[in-house]
Amino acid sequence: MHGQPRRPAKPEDDAAAAAKAAKLRDLQVQVLQNHHSRTYTEEALGLSFKLLEINPEAYTAWNYRKLALQHNLRELTDPEAIKSSVDDELRVVEIALRQNPKSYGAWYHRKWLLNQKLTPVDFKREFGLLDKLLKVDARNFHGWNYRRFLAKFMGVPEEEELKYTMDKICDNFSNYSAWHNRSILLSNLLTQQRKGFESKQKICSEEFELVTQALFTDPSDQSGWFYHLWLLAQTSSPENPQLISSWPCNGAKLSLSLVGKKDDLNTVSSSLKEGIVPIVLYFNEPVKGLSPSTVKLNSDLVIGNNIQWRPLSITDSGHSNCWATYLEITNKECSSSQQFSVEVSIPCSDDIVSRSGSHCNCPVHFMFTIELGNNDDKARNIDLFHDPISWNGSESVQSHGNPSSVPFDHLNITDALVQEESKWHLEALSEQIDLFRELPDENSKFAKLTLARLSLACAAIKSRGNSPIERKGYCEEALGFFSDLIYLDPSHKRYYEDERSSVQMDQLTCNMATFMEHCSDQVQSNLSPLNHVQLCRLALTRIGYPERLLWVQMLDLSHNNLRSVEGLEALQQLVCLNISNNQISGFTSLEPLTKIISLKVLDLSCNEIGAHSIDTARYICLSPFSHKVEPCDAFEECRKKNINVEEFWDAILFFKSVNLVQLDVKGNAVANKDTFRTVVMTLSPSLKFLDGTCVH
Amino acid sequence: MGEPGELAADEHVRYIVTAEKKKDSFESLVMEHLRLSGAYWGLTTLDLLHKLQAVDAREVVDWIMSCYHPESGGFAGNVGHDPHVLYTLSAVQVLCLFDRLDVLDVDKIADYVAGLQKEDGSFAGDIWGEVDTRFSYISICTLSLLHRLHKINVEKAVEYIVSCKNLDGGFGAMPGGESHAGQIFCCVGALAITGSLHHVDRDLLGWWLCERQCRDGGLNGRPEKLADVCYSWWVLSSLIMIDRVHWIDKEKLAKFILNCQDKENGGISDRPDNAVDIYHTYFGVAGLSLMEYPGVKPMDPAYALPLDVVNRIFLRKQQ
Ligand SMILES: [Zn+2]
Repeated sequence: MHGQPRRPAKPEDDAAAAAKAAKLRDLQVQVLQNHHSRTYTEEALGLSFKLLEINPEAYTAWNYRKLALQHNLRELTDPEAIKSSVDDELRVVEIALRQNPKSYGAWYHRKWLLNQKLTPVDFKREFGLLDKLLKVDARNFHGWNYRRFLAKFMGVPEEEELKYTMDKICDNFSNYSAWHNRSILLSNLLTQQRKGFESKQKICSEEFELVTQALFTDPSDQSGWFYHLWLLAQTSSPENPQLISSWPCNGAKLSLSLVGKKDDLNTVSSSLKEGIVPIVLYFNEPVKGLSPSTVKLNSDLVIGNNIQWRPLSITDSGHSNCWATYLEITNKECSSSQQFSVEVSIPCSDDIVSRSGSHCNCPVHFMFTIELGNNDDKARNIDLFHDPISWNGSESVQSHGNPSSVPFDHLNITDALVQEESKWHLEALSEQIDLFRELPDENSKFAKLTLARLSLACAAIKSRGNSPIERKGYCEEALGFFSDLIYLDPSHKRYYEDERSSVQMDQLTCNMATFMEHCSDQVQSNLSPLNHVQLCRLALTRIGYPERLLWVQMLDLSHNNLRSVEGLEALQQLVCLNISNNQISGFTSLEPLTKIISLKVLDLSCNEIGAHSIDTARYICLSPFSHKVEPCDAFEECRKKNINVEEFWDAILFFKSVNLVQLDVKGNAVANKDTFRTVVMTLSPSLKFLDGTCVH
Repeated sequence: MGEPGELAADEHVRYIVTAEKKKDSFESLVMEHLRLSGAYWGLTTLDLLHKLQAVDAREVVDWIMSCYHPESGGFAGNVGHDPHVLYTLSAVQVLCLFDRLDVLDVDKIADYVAGLQKEDGSFAGDIWGEVDTRFSYISICTLSLLHRLHKINVEKAVEYIVSCKNLDGGFGAMPGGESHAGQIFCCVGALAITGSLHHVDRDLLGWWLCERQCRDGGLNGRPEKLADVCYSWWVLSSLIMIDRVHWIDKEKLAKFILNCQDKENGGISDRPDNAVDIYHTYFGVAGLSLMEYPGVKPMDPAYALPLDVVNRIFLRKQQ
C-alpha cells in the first residue's frame, strides 16, 4: 500500500467497508468459479470486467479473459464481430488503468492483444492513450515501456522518437524518464551511424548544450546531471583498448634465484616459485581475447608450449584489465649463469577487444632478459624464511634509498598515442569546466561533483610524460572538489573518500619524484633485496593505479582505511604484504590476494575480520552461493576436524588458495576463535609464523 | 514526527500473526491473489525477529502445498488461482525457511520454471508470456535454491539481463527500460547468483544507487521520487551485492525506517504516519537486518532469505 494515511477506522465507515468487501469477495469467487468451469458467456465476462475494474491486480481474471477471447473467437468469422471483441478487451484495459496506471496485468493484457494481430491496430488510439497517461504522470515507466513497444511494433523511426523525448524534456526539464529514453535512442543512432548522426562530436556538443541549459534552469534536479555524466563518459572514454603497463617491462633483467645478495643492482629477482616467471599485461580498459596467437612470445629459452593467458580480474569473466601467463622454465639446469631473452609482441589484432567491441589497434613490442644462476645444491637448500619478515625492524632493513632496479622510464611501455580526437575532447571538457564554474548556486553538490569529474577526465587525457604539471593541476583541483563535497554532503562522505583515494594514488605514483619517496630496497636475511613500497597513513580507502605497482615485491599499506584490496591481484611479484590497521571486514574481500602466486607474508592484524554479520563481498568473490565454487575437499577436511563450515567457509576458501609462510591476524574479531586457528593450521602446511610465534 | 526510538519487534510480530487472521477486510481481499507472497513476507520477518516458532510449521506447509498445481509444476498466489513464477519462488522460499524442501517434487518444479525460458534467454512469468527481468531473477533464484540451475541456459539468461543494462549503470524491466531500484535488485541478484557480477559497473551503479538516499534519510527507487521504506531493501541489497553500501548514511536510513513504525499496533508503512502493511513491514525489518541492526538476524542480499537459511542450503553436506 502506498500513500495511504494511517488512521483508526471510524465506526461509521465500517458498514460501508464491509459492503464493499462483500461485493469484492463475491466477484472474486464467481470469476474463479467461471474460470474453473470454463464458462465464457457474456454475463460471466461482465463479472470479470467488474472485478478488474475494482482490482486490476487480480491476475487470474486477466488470464481468464484471454482464455475467453481465444474461445469465443473460434466461433467468430465476421471481421466486425472480431473487432468488437478486441475493442471490449482494449476497453477493459483502459478502465483498469484508470484505477491503477501501474497495473502490470493490465499493460500486459494490451501488449498481448496487439501481438495477437487480430485486427489492424489503431495507432492513434494507442498513442492517444499514452499521451493522456504520460500527461498525468510523465514518469510512469509502464507507459514509457509501452511507448517503446509500440514504436518498435509499428516501426516508428528512432529519429521521430528522439523528437518526442525533446518535447517531453521541453515540457519539463525534470523528467528522468525522457532523458533516459533519449540516451537509449541516441546511442542506438550513433552506433548505427544513421544520417545526421555520423559525427559523435557534433551530437555530443549539441547535447551538452541542451543539458547545460536544463542544469542552469534547476541545478538541484538530478535528471540532467545523470544525463551529463553519460555524455561525459562518451567524451572521455578511450576509443580503443591499449596496453599501458607490463611486467616485466621493456629492458628488464630478471634473475631466477632469490638467494643471497644481488651483485648486479640492475637485476630483479623474480618469483619465489623457482622456474616460474609470470608475465603481466595491463590494459587501459577490460579486454578479452589474449591467447598465444594474439600475443607472440619469442625466446631462446625453453618455456613450455602450453602458454595460457588468464584474466586476473576479480571474477573469472572474459574481460579483464589485467592478464597473466606463467612461463615455466624447463632448461634451468645450467652449469654457469646464462642470459636468455624473451620477446613479447602484440600485433594489431581484431581478436583483442574491449567490452564496447573496439579492438587493440596499437601494436606493442618489448623484450626482457632472464638470467639463470648456477643452481648449486647449497643455494637450493637455504631456508629463505628462516626468520620472520619484519616490517619496521631497523636492524634487518637496509634501505638503499634508491630502488635501482626499477626502470621508471618504462613503467608506461607505450606512450599513449595522442589521438586526433583527444584534442577535441580536451576542448569540450575545458569549455564545460568554465561553464560550470559560473553556475550561480555554487554550493550545488552536483556541480562540484561534475567539476571534479571533468577535471579528472582532463587529467586522464594529459597522460603522464606529456604534461605532468598540467595533469597534476587537474588532480589537485579534483581533490579540492572532493574535500568540499565531503563537507557539503556528509551522507555520501565515503563515496567521495573512495573517489579521492583513487586520485591520491594517482598523484603518489604518476610522478617519479613523489613516488621515489615511498620506494626503497629492503634486505631481509636470506632473501635478496626486495623492491619495497611504503604507502602508510595516507587515509587510502581503496587501491588505484595498480598498473604502476606491477614490479613491487614488498608492499606496506598499513594504517590506511582500506576496505578492499582489489587491484593488488595484478602484482604478481608481490612476496610480502602489510595491510594491518585497515578496515578489511572479511576473507571474501581478500580474494584478489589468492591470485598472487608469490605471496608468502601477510599482515592482516587490526582489521575488522569477523566483526560484521553482513559480508559486503559475499557476492564479489567466488563462492558456492554464486555457483563458482564446488563444495571442495577443504570443506570435507575441515568437517573432519569438527569445524563448522557454514561459519568458516570464507576463511576456508581463502586459506586453501594461498600458500603463506607468515601470517599476522591478531586484532581481528575472528582471531579470538579457537576454531579459526584450527582452520588456518589445517589448510596452511607451509605456515611457519602465526602472529609472531613459530608454529612449524 | 517524534523520536523514532527502537524497533518495536514484539508489536510487529503481533501485527503479522494477527494480520493473517483478518482475511475479510477490503485491503486483504485486494491482496488475496498474492497471499503466498504475503506469507513469505510475514514469515521471513518473523524469522528475522527470531519468532518463526510463533506459527505452526505443518499448517503452513500444508497450505502452501494446496496452492501447488501438480499438472504444471507451478504455484498459484492462492488456492484457486493460476500458477505463476512469482508465487513459485515465494513457495520455495517459505519452504526453505522451514527446511522443508523435501515436500516438493523438485524436478517437476524446476522443469516448470526452466520451461519458461525463451530463445533469447529471457523468462516469461507464466504461460501467457509476459517477459520481464523480474522473472529472470525469480527463475534463477528458484532454480538455484533447488540446486537445479543447470536446467536452463545460464549464459543466455545472463546475456539477456546484460542487454537490459542502461547507460546510468542500472537495469530496466526489458531492453531500453528505465532503471528502477526494484528492477536493479532483480538483475544484480540474478547476476550475483550466477557469478556474473563482472557485468556490472560497480562504481557507476553504486553512485546511482547511493544517490537514492533522500534528505529525510530514506531511499527512493528512481531519481526525483519520494523515499519509501520498501526501497530500503531493493537499494541496500543491491549496494551490498556490489560492495558499495558504505556509500550511504546507514544511521539516517535506520532512523527513517524506525520512524515509519506503528509502535502501538505494530507494522511498518511506506512513509512516516501512513497505513502499515505486511509488505513494508517485511522490507523495513529486512532493511534493518542488512544494516546489522541489533536483535535482527542477518539477511542474504541475493536470495532474500536469512543468511543461516542460505548457508544451510549451499554449505550443508550434500547426501
Ligand atoms: Zn513501497
